[in-house]
Amino acid sequence: MTIARVDRPRRAPSAAAGAGGADASSLRRRHRRRSRLTALAFVTPLLAYLAAFYVYPLYRNLDLSLRDYTVRSFVAGDAPFSGWHNFRTVLDDPTFGPAMRHTMVFTFVSIAFQYAIGLALAVFFNRHFRLAPTLRALFLIPWLLPLIVSASSWSWMFNSESGVVNYFLHFLGVSPVGWLTSPDWALTSVIVANIWIGIPFNLVILYSGLQNIPAELYEAAALDGASAWQQFRRITFPLLRPVSAITLLLGLVYTLKVFDLIWIMTKGGPGDASSTLATWSYQLGFGTLLPKFGPGAAVGNILILIALVFGLLYIRVQRRQEA
Amino acid sequence: MIPTRRTLLAALAAVGTLASLTACGGGSSSSSGSSSGGSGGTYAFWDPYPQFNASSAWGKLVTSCGTKAGVKLKRTAYDTTDLGNKALLAAQQGNAPDVMLVDNPVVSTLVEAGILNKTSDLGLDTKSIQKNIIGAGTLDGASYGVPIGANTLALYYNKKVLSAAGVDPASVKDWNSLTAALKKVKGAGKKGITFSAINTEEGSFQFLPWFWGAGGDLTKLDSAKGVAALSLWKQWVEAGYAPKDVLQNTQTTSWQEFATGEYAFGENGTWQLGNAEKAGFDYGIINIPAQNGGSAPVPTGGEFVTVPVQKDTGRYDVSKKIVTCLTSDANLLPTDTTLQYIAPTAAVQATQVKQNPKLKPWVDAVAAARGRTSGGLGTKYPTISQPMWTAVQAALSGGKSPQDALATAQQSAQKG
Repeated sequence: MTIARVDRPRRAPSAAAGAGGADASSLRRRHRRRSRLTALAFVTPLLAYLAAFYVYPLYRNLDLSLRDYTVRSFVAGDAPFSGWHNFRTVLDDPTFGPAMRHTMVFTFVSIAFQYAIGLALAVFFNRHFRLAPTLRALFLIPWLLPLIVSASSWSWMFNSESGVVNYFLHFLGVSPVGWLTSPDWALTSVIVANIWIGIPFNLVILYSGLQNIPAELYEAAALDGASAWQQFRRITFPLLRPVSAITLLLGLVYTLKVFDLIWIMTKGGPGDASSTLATWSYQLGFGTLLPKFGPGAAVGNILILIALVFGLLYIRVQRRQEA
Repeated sequence: MIPTRRTLLAALAAVGTLASLTACGGGSSSSSGSSSGGSGGTYAFWDPYPQFNASSAWGKLVTSCGTKAGVKLKRTAYDTTDLGNKALLAAQQGNAPDVMLVDNPVVSTLVEAGILNKTSDLGLDTKSIQKNIIGAGTLDGASYGVPIGANTLALYYNKKVLSAAGVDPASVKDWNSLTAALKKVKGAGKKGITFSAINTEEGSFQFLPWFWGAGGDLTKLDSAKGVAALSLWKQWVEAGYAPKDVLQNTQTTSWQEFATGEYAFGENGTWQLGNAEKAGFDYGIINIPAQNGGSAPVPTGGEFVTVPVQKDTGRYDVSKKIVTCLTSDANLLPTDTTLQYIAPTAAVQATQVKQNPKLKPWVDAVAAARGRTSGGLGTKYPTISQPMWTAVQAALSGGKSPQDALATAQQSAQKG
């Protein structure tokens, strides 16, 4: 928008200097209108993009969740408006409680570990030892792998019969664990895999945040006799707070909607021991031979709402920090 | 001003990242030719066989059937789990394909959506098709498709493992003798049986022979008979006769376990015959036993050729010619040989057995098979199948007793 303005209006009076005063003002007005049109032309692609890829899908999803869709009315397009009925169905479903709980546990445990490990690694790599760049690059691998590859690998490693994890446990004299086949372990297993995948993201963002902390602060602290832990507590952590906040928020939104990892590893099973709102939404909409689009969309909307709440929370916190 | 704009932007960003999750796949590339009936023009054909490309025998057959009907047939292959939803979306957009091959339990869903034509309306002849096979595509007495072939389940066994354990496969006649055989195999240091109890339709498909073999009724999941079937599976897993990872097994991974040569039995389908020849050990096949002896009823698998509803009814004449060509006896034989299916007509079955005597037990199994959506279940089946596979998972993973798991399943099946 600023580019579009290119101080053309300011030059306009000088160009029209010879003409009468009335003429000059109309010319100025015309110029202003043109610059506004230019501005609009620059914004239009963005608006079109937002409308096509954000507003319309969201509207469709809301529409799906507020109508009573059967396969027949889905095809015919004459589904009757049913208000909050789909939401009520979903909230009354015995799957809702566990799915909500699993979503929260999955999200918060994943984020806590991803952030803690990511921060520890970032501080570690910030010490600029030899091989640090190489090692840091290696840590990015989980992020670069297609999710289908990493999720399948984890699924093989955790296999209760032939998985490498149980193989090592066997050497340690521990009896095999049904990582993905026991309801007590399935959620833990997908969380472990998700933490592994999320560490690089936290590492990269926190590492770049560390680069922005002036080295003088550490020098001064060292002169004053601050220990390494004190330097971390009093300098690194407070100065990293804005970066931490955005890392955590993005991580939260990403983790809330994680679907593919869980679907590939357990499909929400056994039973519904590892089903989250995201997998349940898919299960309802596409997982059976008879799709239930309405309730599926309702679950999706609940997820969006949760993400929105956290987004607004972030903005509030940030504004208070700036004030 | 600035804070509000930022609020809006951040809210949009938060919403946007989630929008990808909820935007249910848009209309896919599908083309039903715009030119109306008569000679010439392009007709759209969908099937769930992405493993066959245009130069395969199947691809060539499809093309030639189009040519014979005087049109160009444009074939698109989808993943089988994807095809049903793709068809619904296409019908909603008004561009359903002219001819479509779909998995048999999907037929009733598509009929419910009102997008399939009755075979009688099209004037297709289905008299020679075995009743139980076409049953999966029959609703209220009218059939909505012609089966291209059928497959079903039986027990593959490893001859070497069984003889080492001193088990005669002929002695396996009911559940008790099967469990006794598994016990002997385990005692001999080998593994018992592998199957697929995954939480998808595949898991229900594999559980049904046992459920029906106990005399179970899909409308009463928690009857004593259903509980007996689930208890049998649970007992096997708990005793170590079946591995714990059956909970994750698809039919493909279950086959891979059996193909290691460690397992005595593997519950799997006709379509693994080609792999069985390559497995490198002697194998045999027995029908899945019912609880008290005899063969258990097994579910039919396999696809139906259907003709989706078009705005331009003039296209049906050509579509009918294409369906007749694909399901003619002369073409069924090579098709079912390629797909490793059993033909749906007695005449072609006889030729198949003549060519490959090993198919005999499969022909018998198909003759005794039932459609999952048969018996008036139709679109009720999906709402029963999902709670059923959830119950199987809950019981086998140790979370619930078979009785409790099936009682919960019955409750949610009744809610629909």
